[in-house]
Amino acid sequence: MSTTDIPVALAAQPARTGTDTGTTAETGTAQQNVQHSDRRWLVEARTFGTRSRRLVPLPRPVRRMAGPVLLIAVWQLLGSLGLVSAAVLAPPSAVLSAGWDLARDGELGANLLASLTRAVDGLAIGVTAGLVLAVLAGLFRLGDDLLDSTMQILRALPVLGLVPLVIIWFGVGEVPKVALVVFGTIFPVYINTYAAIRGVDNRLVESGRAFGLGRAGLIRHVVLPGAIPGFLVGLRYALTASWLVLVIAEQLNATTGIGYLMNEAQTWNRTDIIVLGLLIYGVLGLLSDALVRFLERRLLVWRRGFGGA
Amino acid sequence: MTTTRATIAVAPAVRVSGLRRAFGDREVLSGLDLDIAPGEFVALLGRSGSGKSTLLRALAGLDPDYAGSVRVPARRAVVFQEPRLQPWKRIVDNVSIGLQRRGSRDLARQALAEVGLSGHERAWPVTLSGGEAQRVALARALVREPDLLLLDEPFGALDALTRIRMHALLRQLCARHRPAVLLVTHDVDEAIVLADRITVLGPDGRLGPDTPVRLPTPRQRDTPEFGALRGRLLAELGVTELD
Repeated sequence: MSTTDIPVALAAQPARTGTDTGTTAETGTAQQNVQHSDRRWLVEARTFGTRSRRLVPLPRPVRRMAGPVLLIAVWQLLGSLGLVSAAVLAPPSAVLSAGWDLARDGELGANLLASLTRAVDGLAIGVTAGLVLAVLAGLFRLGDDLLDSTMQILRALPVLGLVPLVIIWFGVGEVPKVALVVFGTIFPVYINTYAAIRGVDNRLVESGRAFGLGRAGLIRHVVLPGAIPGFLVGLRYALTASWLVLVIAEQLNATTGIGYLMNEAQTWNRTDIIVLGLLIYGVLGLLSDALVRFLERRLLVWRRGFGGA
Repeated sequence: MTTTRATIAVAPAVRVSGLRRAFGDREVLSGLDLDIAPGEFVALLGRSGSGKSTLLRALAGLDPDYAGSVRVPARRAVVFQEPRLQPWKRIVDNVSIGLQRRGSRDLARQALAEVGLSGHERAWPVTLSGGEAQRVALARALVREPDLLLLDEPFGALDALTRIRMHALLRQLCARHRPAVLLVTHDVDEAIVLADRITVLGPDGRLGPDTPVRLPTPRQRDTPEFGALRGRLLAELGVTELD
């Protein structure tokens, strides 16, 4: 009976299908062996998937916020318990109330607007110039010869090292600050767009040519669309650079702007306002990144292949 | 063969004479002659690296650095081995690329319908399968109503089942539009299934003797005539089927 139930054991022991108890015991062991090896070598396919099963049923955004929230709580505790004095690092509550005070009397808004205006002006000029130069150098041999080596040399200059020169040239008004932003943003856009234009798949260019596209058509339908991803990478770097440059530029001879606010705060040991300024720069950075991602979603629909009206 | 030559002599769609093309010291094409009659389907066989694609690129106008004479019709179109669709253009705009005519989008839609891709007009190339993308490439070529259709191993990258379906589709389309066709391939069966005439590009950089294909269509691969022709062409390519 047991032998017919266990064909594997039967196959393993074909010569010993007798009726004595010894055989039954033998087959029993064989079955256990089979089960044992079965357990050892074969696993349920599904078990690989269950590893990532959530232990904590929290939505992902909530879990991702846990770190920052914890950080802020510890920071607040350090201040509240008197472990870190406000002169060294103001607690979050003080930063918030400083922000509220500055916002109420309009100082924050005015300075934020001043900073934003500089960033936008500088970016508008820098990104446009970088793009135009990259297109000229990327598409035309003459443009390449004239521009590229120059740009490669200039981009090696540290932007912040230019500060003294820029002040001598442009004085202390808005111009030197915008000029620094231009200088900081032009190169990332140029470098990435130029590389993207040069990197457009030659087989696509050839295919466009085979189907009747002239020079202008190739640029419009093949080269420039192909360079957009690279341009957006450059734009992302440029946005980061613009805020970085502003932090420094606004701490020199400025009478408005977030950097100016922070510089003033330093004189009065107001760490709450300094931290507030840092936070604002951080938020502006995040917003810039969101802007580029929005552009990517709009301009690069073809990459993901879905959506788009 | 002589009769074919005589017909061609009247008004050939393609006339290549004394074509030479070298890359560095290596001459790939050495005084090659080829005539193709209007509406004729010619398959060009050759080992890889024999210069098949070089000849095709010269005919397509993609390679100006040749010596000799290559006379081709103004309206010609290419299907490459890879689809080479512009990834940032929707399917319909890929088909109508470079067309200046008014209503070229409607023509593109019709061409897509012909290759069985109605309803995919607004899809992005990245969403297509290999076979679908190559059908778009076919539509892009046909929408130009070419007098000469150049096919550079167009089905080489497709799976066997898709390839059979594409052969049938190509036969249909050629019967309807009647362009002169030059198909470059290394697949002997494909050449026999599709072509009116097969020619082999030899290692000397010239074409061997013509092999007219006089099998009834649709061509069955399992007939003795098909097998005999395959054996002959393989021998000309320097390959023996039975090892």
